Amino acid sequence: MGFLDRFLNKPSWGVHPDDHKRPGADVPLRVLPTPERVYMPLSQHVGGAARPIVLVGQKVLKGQLIAEAQGNISAPIHASVSGTVTAIGDVTAPHPSGLPFKAITIDSDGLDRWVANPLADPFSVAPEEVARRAALGGVVGLGGATFPSAVKFALGKRLKVSTLIVNGGECEPYLSSDDRIMRDFADQVVDGARLVMYAIGASEALVGIEDNKPEAIAAMRKAAEPYPEVKIRPVPARYPMGSDKQLIQTLTGKEVPSDARAAEVGVLVHNVSTCAAVHKAVRLGQPLVERIVTINGGAIANPGNVFVPLGTMIGEVLAFVGLKEAPSRLILGGPMMGTPLLHDRIPIVKGASGILAFNAAEAMVPEAGPCIRCGSCTKACPMGLLPLEMAARIKVGDLEGAEAYALQDCISCGCCAYVCPSHIPLVQYFSHAKGELTAAERTKLRTEATKRLAEAKAARIERENREKAEAAARRKAERDAAKAATAAPPVTTEKQGVSA
Amino acid sequence: MLMSVGSLAAMGLALGSVLGVASRYLAVEENPIEAELQAMLPGSQCGQCGYVGCAQAAAALAKGEAPVTLCPPGGKATAEALAAKLGVKVDLSKVADTGPQIAEVTEEICIGCCRCMKVCPTDAIIGAAKQIHNVIREACTGCSSCVDVCPTEALGMMPIPVTLQHWTWPKPASAHA
Repeated sequence: MGFLDRFLNKPSWGVHPDDHKRPGADVPLRVLPTPERVYMPLSQHVGGAARPIVLVGQKVLKGQLIAEAQGNISAPIHASVSGTVTAIGDVTAPHPSGLPFKAITIDSDGLDRWVANPLADPFSVAPEEVARRAALGGVVGLGGATFPSAVKFALGKRLKVSTLIVNGGECEPYLSSDDRIMRDFADQVVDGARLVMYAIGASEALVGIEDNKPEAIAAMRKAAEPYPEVKIRPVPARYPMGSDKQLIQTLTGKEVPSDARAAEVGVLVHNVSTCAAVHKAVRLGQPLVERIVTINGGAIANPGNVFVPLGTMIGEVLAFVGLKEAPSRLILGGPMMGTPLLHDRIPIVKGASGILAFNAAEAMVPEAGPCIRCGSCTKACPMGLLPLEMAARIKVGDLEGAEAYALQDCISCGCCAYVCPSHIPLVQYFSHAKGELTAAERTKLRTEATKRLAEAKAARIERENREKAEAAARRKAERDAAKAATAAPPVTTEKQGVSA
Repeated sequence: MLMSVGSLAAMGLALGSVLGVASRYLAVEENPIEAELQAMLPGSQCGQCGYVGCAQAAAALAKGEAPVTLCPPGGKATAEALAAKLGVKVDLSKVADTGPQIAEVTEEICIGCCRCMKVCPTDAIIGAAKQIHNVIREACTGCSSCVDVCPTEALGMMPIPVTLQHWTWPKPASAHA
C-alpha cells in the first residue's frame, strides 16, 4: 500500500487496539472429539425461539431437525451429534444475566451418523429454493448478530440489492475464527458467497478482508480466481471495520442512513462464516450444527481455533485446549463487544465466534475518573456521535436528553470507552440507557394492551347484561302472550256476547 | 374623533358579546388535563384508589382532591409521571413500591370457584368451575382484585419474573462521569 493510499484509505473513525490474534490464528484448526452430551438451546438466533419436535428418549441422527422455526423471524435447530434425547429443560444462557433458557439435551452415541440431503447443482434450481434450503439448514448470521439468513435473502431480493458484501473484517481483537475459515475453507466461502448472490439476485460480491490477515487474503484470491464477480478487497485494519455500516462505507462509499437498513442503499452484508454455512446447507444439505470457535486469552495454555459441535459446554472446550490458570473472566465473542459469562457451564451457540479466558491482568478494570471533556470519544466514535454528552445525561437519569443526541444510532462498539483517558464506562452507560428505553416502550405497549383488555371486558359485561335483559323481556313477553292467550277466549266470547 | 371612538367601542362591544356567547355555548365541559392524566393511569379500573375507575381518579387528580400517589398498581413510576404532569412536588419515600407485580395461582389450594375470574378487570384469569385457574402473565395488571376474593388464599402477588427478554444492563456504578 503506497503512501497516498494509506493517507486516503485510513478511516478517521475507530480505534486500533493491539489485536492479540497471533499466535492463536496461525495454529492449525483442531477438531474437538465428539462430546458425550450436548445441550442444544432453542433460541440461538434473533427472533422467536424454535419449537421442539422430538420427545425425551427419541433417537436422533446428526443434522436431524429437533426444533422447528416458529414465526416469521426464527430458525430451526438440528442435532449436532447422533444419539438419544435425554431431556428438554433449562440451561444457563450465554448472557450477562446468567438467566436460564430452554435447551434439548442429547446424549451422544459416539458414532456421529449424519442425515444429509445434498444438492449437486444449486444453480440449476430457483433462487427461492436456495433461500429455502438455507432456512431449513438453520443458517443464521455467524458474525455475532445471529439474524436468520434466509429472512435477509428475502429482504435483499425484495429491495433488488445489486452488491453482496462479504464481511471478512473480523476487527475484534483476539478472534480469528473467520480468518481460519478463509484460510482453510476459502472454496466453501467463495461458493457460499456465489450462492447468496444467486439467492438475492446480486451481480457482484465484494469480500472485505482486513489487511492484517495476508494469508486469508491470499487464500481467498486463489479460491475466487475463476469467478470474476467475486472481488477480494483488502481493507485497512481498524476497529470496528467488521461492523456492517463501517464496512459498507469503506468498500462502496455509501453511508447507511440512521433509520434505514443496509439493503436500502443497495447492499447486503453477510459474514464469511455465514457464507460457508450457506454452502454446507445448500450444496451438501448439512444444517448448521458445527462451527469454528476461537479459544484465546491469557489463561489459555494453547490458544487457537477449534471445530466444535454446537451445544458443547464451554468448559469442555476450555479443557480440550488446556488452561494455564483459572480464568479471571470469561467472555463470549470479542473483548470489545462480547458477552461476559458468569461460569463455563454454558453451551456453545451458533453466534459464538470465540471464547476468551482472561487472566487477572487482562481482566483488570481501571477505576473511572471524572470527564475532562477532551473529546477523544467523539473522534473515536464510528457513528459520529457525542458519547461524552450522552453519558453525562444518562448519569443523571435524563434518558430522553441522551436520546436527543441520537443514542439509538450507537452500535455499542465500545471505541469511546476504549479511548477514554478517564476510563469512564461510556458504552456501559449506553447499554443501560438503551435497555431502559426499550423497557419503557414495552411498559407503554403493556398499558395500551391493558386498556384494550379492560374495555373489551367492560363491553362484554355490558353485552351480556343487555342480552340477559332482552332475554328476560322476551320471556316476559312470551309469558304475557301465553297468559293473554289463555285469558283471551273468555274475553272474545264476552265481546261476542256484548256485540251479540 | 368621536367617530373613531364610537366605532371602536361598537366593535369592542360586538366582539366581546361574541366571545361571551362562545364561552357559554362552546365551553369544554371536561378539564382537558383529565384525559391526559387518565392516559397515564393503568386503565384496569381496579378501584384500589377508592374511586370507581381510572376516569374518576383522573378527575379527582385534576381537581387536586387526590394525591398523585393514589394508584397502587402504578407504583412509583406512575406517581412520578403524575407529579411531573401536575407540576407538584411529591415525597416518594413513603410510597411502598414493591415493583411491578402480577398475580399467581397456587395450584394445590385452588378449588376452582371462579370468583377471581369474575373480578379480574382484564380477563387475565382463565379456568372453569371446579378446574384449577391460571393467570395469563401478559394480561395481568397486578391490581390484586383477585387476591381479595379468593376464599382459599390460593391467589398471591409475586414480582414479575425477570426473563432474558426483559433483562437490562444495570447503570454503571461510578463516582464520576
